[in-house]
Amino acid sequence: MIDCREASRLISQHADRPLPLGRRLQLRVHLLVCDACTHFSRQVRLLRQALKRLS
Amino acid sequence: MRFASLELRNREAAEDAVQETLLAALAAEKSFAGRSNLRTWLTGILKHKIVDAMRRSTRERPTETELGTDDLDALFDASGHWRDPPQPWPEQAFEQKAFIEALEMCLALLPARTGQVFLMREHLGYETDDICKELAITPTHCWVLLYRARMALRQCLEKSGITKP
Repeated sequence: MIDCREASRLISQHADRPLPLGRRLQLRVHLLVCDACTHFSRQVRLLRQALKRLS
Repeated sequence: MRFASLELRNREAAEDAVQETLLAALAAEKSFAGRSNLRTWLTGILKHKIVDAMRRSTRERPTETELGTDDLDALFDASGHWRDPPQPWPEQAFEQKAFIEALEMCLALLPARTGQVFLMREHLGYETDDICKELAITPTHCWVLLYRARMALRQCLEKSGITKP
């Protein structure tokens, strides 16, 4: 089981390139049980949407 | 202009980029031909000028602190849990003017290279590989800078209180 430190890195990486299958599964399992990382994952997406609108 | 300053971290460089944009626009006036609205067209040219300017400044290396991960590790406790756990944000947060203003303030607080790489990725939509090449940094460094930017921005925005439902 990966910890939040590791999961947060994977979340950020995943926004920039596809993760290998094993890592993706580890992340998915972690997100099932972790609210904080689920929020972070959503924040990364919201930041992306906000930055696209910046002009 | 505001946007160019944010991206280039340098008022003179930003003024140059805006000026080059207007000159390029005048030279290419015919190709505009009402294809899009003026603002979109000028912003498009400005993005290219900004990337040109960034390329010229690649001699400015990211600082060692920017490339290290000690400060990032310090965001977690010994068992790997968040010290300051991310909170839920309102789903449409990015549509609020106040959120965008807070975001701009937080972006300005990022270390120079970190902010540039993040804006190239998220605002200009570059692929990470292209950013590495443009700025002559390794993929690992690129990734550390993007990770740092996201971690710092979420913390900064939550501190600003703007993400409270």
